[in-house]
Amino acid sequence: MKTLDKKITYLLSAGLLAAAIMVLLYMDHNRTTYNYSLSILQRSAIYAVAAVAMNLLTGFTGLFSLGQAGFMAIGAYTVAILTIPVAQRPSVYYISGIAEPLAQATAPLWAALLLGGLFAALLGFFIGYPVLRLKSDYLAIATLGFSEIIRAFIAAPMLNRVTNGSYGLKSIPGFPSTLMVFLISGLCIFLMVLVIRSSYGRAFQAIREDEIAAESMGIGLFKHKQMAFVISCFFTGISGGMLAVFMRSIDSKTFQIGLTYDILLIVVLGGIGSITGSVLGSFLMTAGREWLRFFDNPLTIAGVQVPLFRTGFRMVIFSLILMAVVLYYRKGLMGTKEFSWNGIYAFLQRLGQKRSKTRPGKEGGNDE
Amino acid sequence: MSNERLLTIEDLRVDYGGIHAVKGISIDVPKDRIITLIGSNGAGKSTTLRTIAGVVKATSGSICFEGNELIGKTPDEIVSMGITLVPEGRRVFENLTVLENLKIGAFIHKYKLDDDLERVYHLFPRLRERAWQLAGTLSGGEQQMLAVGRALMSRPKLLMMDEPSLGLAPLIVKDIFDIIRTVNREGITVLLVEQNANQALKIADYAYVLETGDISMQGSGNELLADERIREAYLGKRKE
Repeated sequence: MKTLDKKITYLLSAGLLAAAIMVLLYMDHNRTTYNYSLSILQRSAIYAVAAVAMNLLTGFTGLFSLGQAGFMAIGAYTVAILTIPVAQRPSVYYISGIAEPLAQATAPLWAALLLGGLFAALLGFFIGYPVLRLKSDYLAIATLGFSEIIRAFIAAPMLNRVTNGSYGLKSIPGFPSTLMVFLISGLCIFLMVLVIRSSYGRAFQAIREDEIAAESMGIGLFKHKQMAFVISCFFTGISGGMLAVFMRSIDSKTFQIGLTYDILLIVVLGGIGSITGSVLGSFLMTAGREWLRFFDNPLTIAGVQVPLFRTGFRMVIFSLILMAVVLYYRKGLMGTKEFSWNGIYAFLQRLGQKRSKTRPGKEGGNDE
Repeated sequence: MSNERLLTIEDLRVDYGGIHAVKGISIDVPKDRIITLIGSNGAGKSTTLRTIAGVVKATSGSICFEGNELIGKTPDEIVSMGITLVPEGRRVFENLTVLENLKIGAFIHKYKLDDDLERVYHLFPRLRERAWQLAGTLSGGEQQMLAVGRALMSRPKLLMMDEPSLGLAPLIVKDIFDIIRTVNREGITVLLVEQNANQALKIADYAYVLETGDISMQGSGNELLADERIREAYLGKRKE
């Protein structure tokens, strides 16, 4: 099979990137018409970071963790507490006031995001000690439990002066520019790709494939599981921080199990073990849910009220579509494969061959 | 060949819970030789290898490699010292390519991989042809080649192999033993655990027979091949 020249694939990638930026810039310029679409795209980009982080752990290291919402909450609350303007803090914490050391603590957005990630990573480091010794389902249950504990802590009245308890935090300044979300998300995903491509990434995959063989090759099992877990927590925390800035107001209910399941769905939909799959999955799922809002409104055709079209019906349709996808694409949309120009090229070649076979007299393409 | 000792095991005991898997064995592995441990299921052969590799903890005794005590060291420390185990059942990383498998073999050192890769490809030209293939799509014999090649990537001084002929067709088993000889000729000491006593004894310089955690017999490969008791117990030959 012919493959494309490396230069051409770089050129194509640069072209795609430029086109995406142009479209975003155009949408940003005409905000009034595209505000809704832009916010869907922003949410997708934020979810994509969390999904790739989960994939790093589940798809590449073989550790099935369900703690995403908890680590996102850590990142979100860190960012929120540090970026709400000091002047507005009394009105945000109007019930019990704000704890003294936090009243004046502020950080620029980038530093707050980084800190949010670091706090999530630190927590992951400590949680990792007990839970990473567990296998598969047990690990999932343990991390799920931790995630709920974090949420319960945040909502606890004792922490009212830090997290504002069940009242949540609001007045979080949004992103200074729309493109920033995509920039930060892109950077995070790029960094995770670098990790996966490095020799550490190969060690993670070795552990996923066969722990005994990996250990025989001198790969410290616990150390590398811990490393994957901490890296994943870091980026999940950053994603949570971005979600806080995007939503502008958060409370503990934002970070319920449902959020973890959303991320899990994205990963499964895109393909466990495919980074581009996770990115694709997050855009499809976030956008898909919005497009389906059509089903939530009562619909009348020729004076007849169509049955079932009412609030909540879109989730039924959404679930049906998900089931269909899982049934027909057992390994998710991308499986373990990555998007590549060569893959598309090979696909086009195969398509061309098929066509030339059906039309005799024309020469087929080169095989292998 | 020298008689310099590479690995010395003295009075090694390993217990799993209440079970005494290895009951105080002593083994010498001289440099550049092929040493084999034979014996039936549950004799403690694999346990011995796994203890040397640091995966299983010894209860007492000593394992000395080039003057350093191995007991208490972690598996990755032991690999960096120059001991690599080819685990039982090949255990290649099935969803990774042959090349990725080999690269993971070199995980403990950060040297340039090109020379090591070249050396492995030279030994196993088949692996070069299949470098981009997923390891799970290789045949059993090729997977065993890959498992050995992957272990060689860590530049071991001592290569330990746990039942490399397990589950392979007789014709391929012959190839595997040829591979072991070739690896040994490259200057790598081999410690081989086998149930296929006939083949193992033929290539071994020295052999130990393990029975329920004890060494019941030892001697050069040819001596044991000729021994009546061995012939009866492990080679399936009756007394006349």
